[in-house]
Amino acid sequence: MPCHIYPLGDQAIVIDWGNRIDTGLNQQVRAVHAHLRDHPLPGIRDLVPAYSSLTILLDLGELLQQSPGRPPFEMMRTQLDRMLPGLENRPVQEGRRVDIPVCYDPSLAPDLETVAGFSGMHSSDVVEMHAGREYLVYLLGFLPGFAYMGSVDARIAAPRRPQPRSQVPAGSVGIAGEQTGIYPLQSPGGWNLIGRTPLRLFDPYRPEPALLQAGDRVRFFAISLQAFQRQMQTP
Amino acid sequence: MSLRILKAGLLDTIQDQGRYGFGATGLNPSGAMDPAALTVANLLTGNAPGTAALEMHFPAPVIFFAADALFALSGADFDPHLDDQPIPAHTPVLTRAGAILTFRRPVWGAWCYLTVHGGFRLTSWMGSCSTHLAAQCGGWQGRKLCAGDALPFQGYPDYSGLLPGKGHRLFPWRGAAGAVYPAEPVIRFLPGPEYPLLDEPSGARLETSAWRVARQADRMGYPLDGPLLALRQPLELISTGVIRGTLQLLPNGRVLILMADCQTTGGYPRIGCVIGADLPVLAQIRPGQRVRLQCTDLPAAYQEYRAQQQTLRQLKWGCIFRLREAGLLDRAPREG
Repeated sequence: MPCHIYPLGDQAIVIDWGNRIDTGLNQQVRAVHAHLRDHPLPGIRDLVPAYSSLTILLDLGELLQQSPGRPPFEMMRTQLDRMLPGLENRPVQEGRRVDIPVCYDPSLAPDLETVAGFSGMHSSDVVEMHAGREYLVYLLGFLPGFAYMGSVDARIAAPRRPQPRSQVPAGSVGIAGEQTGIYPLQSPGGWNLIGRTPLRLFDPYRPEPALLQAGDRVRFFAISLQAFQRQMQTP
Repeated sequence: MSLRILKAGLLDTIQDQGRYGFGATGLNPSGAMDPAALTVANLLTGNAPGTAALEMHFPAPVIFFAADALFALSGADFDPHLDDQPIPAHTPVLTRAGAILTFRRPVWGAWCYLTVHGGFRLTSWMGSCSTHLAAQCGGWQGRKLCAGDALPFQGYPDYSGLLPGKGHRLFPWRGAAGAVYPAEPVIRFLPGPEYPLLDEPSGARLETSAWRVARQADRMGYPLDGPLLALRQPLELISTGVIRGTLQLLPNGRVLILMADCQTTGGYPRIGCVIGADLPVLAQIRPGQRVRLQCTDLPAAYQEYRAQQQTLRQLKWGCIFRLREAGLLDRAPREG
């Protein structure tokens, strides 16, 4: 799969498969990410897989000290060029199926009517459409544990709010265009909020703090306000 | 055996070299805004370079030493006073229990680091002691310090023979990494992936304009005040990884430089990225102060980074030699 390898400053390198949201490209990102995670090259500090790119954060001090004569970017690119062809179309580990309860009660869904207005449908139809399909987790970003999922039915794919809210409660489920996501922490945010989950998307003290990971397949199912409140109380 | 906050500063947090390895979960590295100053302060107190330190902004806190301690300040100069006597930055200070450290005015820089020999006793979270303010984790209870907090010391060496008379003791050698911070800061950047898409005046303006760090500057990013820039044509970008130092072009035409608490991914055009050697310099520029941007290339960036690392390595050996000579290292713990 053709890709472009370029530096992001002197501290990072990007492998970019194209500015497109595409399950095939995303699978390639996950394959390369998994390989570099399991077979780390020296001088790599962190890996940030996204929709169709993988950003590699370098430990520049270590690279410059280990190979004083060789520019780190060239050295990395040579290694990546050698590695990438073997990872073409390599099957990636099947993502988990995760079912996420969402309460779509109007008291927890301040933008449900806006999305309904955008779609020209009733809010109950919006809920049915949102909960009625499986979403792929393309990447985690923005906040610890924030999963970018897609694709939302085009009829309810309302664009971001013109003015972001300064505080979105943790657990809020949002729509931004054809993406859907869940705010893991209270934070500012511009997505249309159509419900809330009682699950903790990011729990710092779990062995795996993030509930979701790229490649997972997510389904939402509607729960009542009572069920939501009950689940919020049980840790 | 601790240092107590008598009065909180504007933003005092525990920071180390950062939390790496969790980018795939959206967990950003955090860490010291000025990594070079963190290193200098640690070296001056005989610690490993990335040991967690107290990072302070101005107004800075009032600090009470509940035990004898060897400490150092580096980074910003907030006119530090120990028991009402001025003390220099970038110098190890041996203080007696009961001393009070205050900061009077912001003379230079934005972020000051305080280290104690042996470090603070903290619980690491996900491999780092840096405070993650958004996740409310790491550092000191996942938050900025408040009045009444007591940061315990990791070790408690007996300095009694080294503290003559009543006051503190300064060690007459400065460990300033002066070469890191030029008097007239010019921040060098490498063109980012979307740099070629800037329209013609914007590309030139990036380098010719007198920018200022905007008032909204914080640990997440430094927005710049200056001309509005534009791309030749509108561009819809999907999210990609971003790093500290990335120059983003916001939808309103402003330039934002991402800093230590920036998120892991972003969807705004990456018009440039500040070179690693200039991140400490940039971090220390205060809101309202002028900054110039200058385009450079990878070989120059590597050379600057190597030179900076070399300066810090030399400082390390110098510090170890002098601290040992002064009898400050490997002291027996205090009894009782």
